[in-house]
Amino acid sequence: MGLLFAMAILLLGAMAVLALSRPDRNVSWLGAGSVVIASVLGCVPVIQVLSGGSIEAVRVPWPVPYGEFFLVLDPLAAWFLFPTLLLSALSAIYGVGYLRVWQGRRSLGPVWFFYCVLVLGMMLVLLARNAVLFLFAWELMAVASFFLVTFEYEREAVREAGWIYFVATHLGTAFLLVFFLLTARETGSMDFTVWAEKGIQTRGLADILFLLAIVGFGTKAGFMPFHVWLPEAHPAAPSHVSALMSGVMIKTGIYGLLRSLTFLGLPPLWWGWLLIGIGLTSGVLGVLFALAQHDLKRLLAYHSVENIGIIALGIGVGLLGVSTGSPVLMVVGFGGGLLHVLNHALFKGLLFFGAGAVLQGTGTHEIDHLGGLLKRMPWTAATFLIGAVAISGLPPLNGFVSEFLIFLGAFQGGATLGAAGAVPLLALIAGLALIGGLAAACFTKAFGVVFLGEPRTEHASHTHETGWAMRLPMLLLAAGCALIGLFAPFVVGALQAVLENTTGLRREVVRVNLAAAAGPLALVVIGTVAFLLLLVALFLLRRGLLAGRRVEQGVTWGCGYVQPTARMQYTASSFVQPVTTLFRWLLGTHRRLQRPEGIMPANASLTTETPDLCHGNLYRPGFLKVNWGLSQLRRLQRGPVQLYVLYIAVTLIVLLAWKFR
Amino acid sequence: MNNTNIILVLVVLTNLKLLGSSRLGASIRVVAMQGVVLGLLPILAHTNELSVRFAVLAAGTIALKGIVFPWFLFRAVWEAEVTREVEPYVGYVTSLLAGVLILAVSFWMCERLPMPETLASSWLAPVAFFSIFAGLFLIVSRKRAVSQVLGFLVLENGVYAFGVGLAPHTSLLVEAGVLLDVFVAVFVMGITIFHINREFDHIETNRLNTLKD
Repeated sequence: MGLLFAMAILLLGAMAVLALSRPDRNVSWLGAGSVVIASVLGCVPVIQVLSGGSIEAVRVPWPVPYGEFFLVLDPLAAWFLFPTLLLSALSAIYGVGYLRVWQGRRSLGPVWFFYCVLVLGMMLVLLARNAVLFLFAWELMAVASFFLVTFEYEREAVREAGWIYFVATHLGTAFLLVFFLLTARETGSMDFTVWAEKGIQTRGLADILFLLAIVGFGTKAGFMPFHVWLPEAHPAAPSHVSALMSGVMIKTGIYGLLRSLTFLGLPPLWWGWLLIGIGLTSGVLGVLFALAQHDLKRLLAYHSVENIGIIALGIGVGLLGVSTGSPVLMVVGFGGGLLHVLNHALFKGLLFFGAGAVLQGTGTHEIDHLGGLLKRMPWTAATFLIGAVAISGLPPLNGFVSEFLIFLGAFQGGATLGAAGAVPLLALIAGLALIGGLAAACFTKAFGVVFLGEPRTEHASHTHETGWAMRLPMLLLAAGCALIGLFAPFVVGALQAVLENTTGLRREVVRVNLAAAAGPLALVVIGTVAFLLLLVALFLLRRGLLAGRRVEQGVTWGCGYVQPTARMQYTASSFVQPVTTLFRWLLGTHRRLQRPEGIMPANASLTTETPDLCHGNLYRPGFLKVNWGLSQLRRLQRGPVQLYVLYIAVTLIVLLAWKFR
Repeated sequence: MNNTNIILVLVVLTNLKLLGSSRLGASIRVVAMQGVVLGLLPILAHTNELSVRFAVLAAGTIALKGIVFPWFLFRAVWEAEVTREVEPYVGYVTSLLAGVLILAVSFWMCERLPMPETLASSWLAPVAFFSIFAGLFLIVSRKRAVSQVLGFLVLENGVYAFGVGLAPHTSLLVEAGVLLDVFVAVFVMGITIFHINREFDHIETNRLNTLKD
């Protein structure tokens, strides 16, 4: 019921901001206010269901053919709704501050309208149990986010990014349409509950449906190689929208995949292997491409691909568990994947907020134009650092917890599945470790170049800390990251309801397996807390030793030079050069180098650019071919009206003749 | 042979005459005559249930197709056309032969199509089809814009004949709607022809190709 109220408030809020179309500062508060109220209202039933409350359902007739307004709040939907509602509310508050610069220059009514519609669409996607309603909500979400991405439509690059997103998301929906039609034909119903009860019994059809779901939902989620829209759309969108899209909207793809797995019956072994393969590809390539980027938001977008890969790894391990009937793998695999959904929403939202604060303060998201922001934006820097540590999967924070569960699953599986299963799972362990290491390297670069050192350009030197509307959401998310990390053993227990619902295991089995996973986590947490206490002790000791002495502050990277310059610092590309050179065959980085010549070299320069692998080699040529094929049809367009009427006449006659066959 | 069939024969003859005639003025007059003849069709086809409804329909049809449209088209010819010839892509004799062929095909086809029982005459469907195809043929094979309007009218006459033959089943509203559509279409075409002529000093569609895209 609370969720219905929440949706009604969102709808009212959307209408209200549209009615107040004058460039008015109240619009932001009205839009954000309705989202926050809706989120608070919606969170109540979500938390009830997650803590083991009864499942709620609403059924209302809907005059669309085959449609029914059928909503169910079960633990799986609730698990995805929680981060959605949380991040929607925080992004809305952040957006009030972020959009303030546009006040007076642009009517903000449409932005808030589409923001409310996007949140509404995501809620409906997660709750809908009727195929037509689901697709309707899916499109609502896609269209609303398209309009949000193209907020700065005056810029050519933004428009192009918008189109790439639009085309990609609709190609994905096309696969989903086939998926739903085939399932509906097989089961004779449009009801998800009926689909889940009957299940697809034909083996071949189930395989085809699984592949369709991988492509359809994977396009939204950002599986490699369907990820092309992410690195385009996230940098183009306003930062609070990037945070929402990257943090929770792409997770609806993961949700859709998990939901469709409930229709497809018992999975064969290769489904799990396929997901693990996709997860490794997305994870490793995602982080590698992130490493090579110079644009802060583009870098974060590639990290979304990486984290979706990690989630896919978790689900893959879980599916292996289902196929082999191993409750440990199911609980730990699905648990790790699902927990990473929540964790990624928290730290990726936080990081995009940080990137937005940097963008608003400096006017650029070119990493190489920044530097030294730690002194100028201490709050943003501190919270960004927490997000960076979390996304790298380092122990005191939440990213570690979910990756740890997946590691645990892989080790368990390696021990129980025998030699054939052990080798791919060892690859998973190695891959996940590589992803973690490269992510740490990437965020050392991002944090180091942006926040440490000295300002590289004017952009970075004249900047200021953000206002409270933007600072508060960042602080809350950072606190969330730390709390989940520090209370990991208890947080893992919160997966109880959703895992029972997803795996169909008995309550006791889930509890025992979760407790088994919580044990080692508790040790890690105790260890990290001890480490943190040691740090505090060392800090106090240092302060004690320095007390009463003169402490001098020098220029960062001063290094004893008489006249240091900001250009002597590491740049983003020089920092990651060892890694990018190692993977040059894969990254295809374009380098333009003008070597310094002579004893007193005057001009020298190095530019590197890493375009997307799939975008340049797969999609661009493919779409050009399609375009060429379609342009052949223009031969039909000659000009004379008579000819066009002749086409019509011939078509009619052919249709008649076909009737007489 | 009853009244309906006489009218249908007249429709066939006017169509053939149209395919073979070379003068624009004559063509307009023939289409006007076809319109008047078709206007009588509802009254003659449904003699046993003569009503105000059919009378109104007949009067409207005759007024529009017999008087208003020809007047429009004559005006367009006087104001826009330099020569008064049809200027075909396909010659007159060939057009006539094609017309006969189309007639044969229409009859053959309607033998095999499932038809409603209540048609006023067994000839109605083939003649309607013949009119539709002849209209399409006129549009495709003539250069002049006015000829194409005429072809469109003939095509519409075919649809109308079929509709009236089924009158007890279709409502007056539908027929009135069709008439209104055609009226608007001819009106727009007339204005367009006039404007194209003013802009380009001619209305030969084969010389308007450069406007494509």
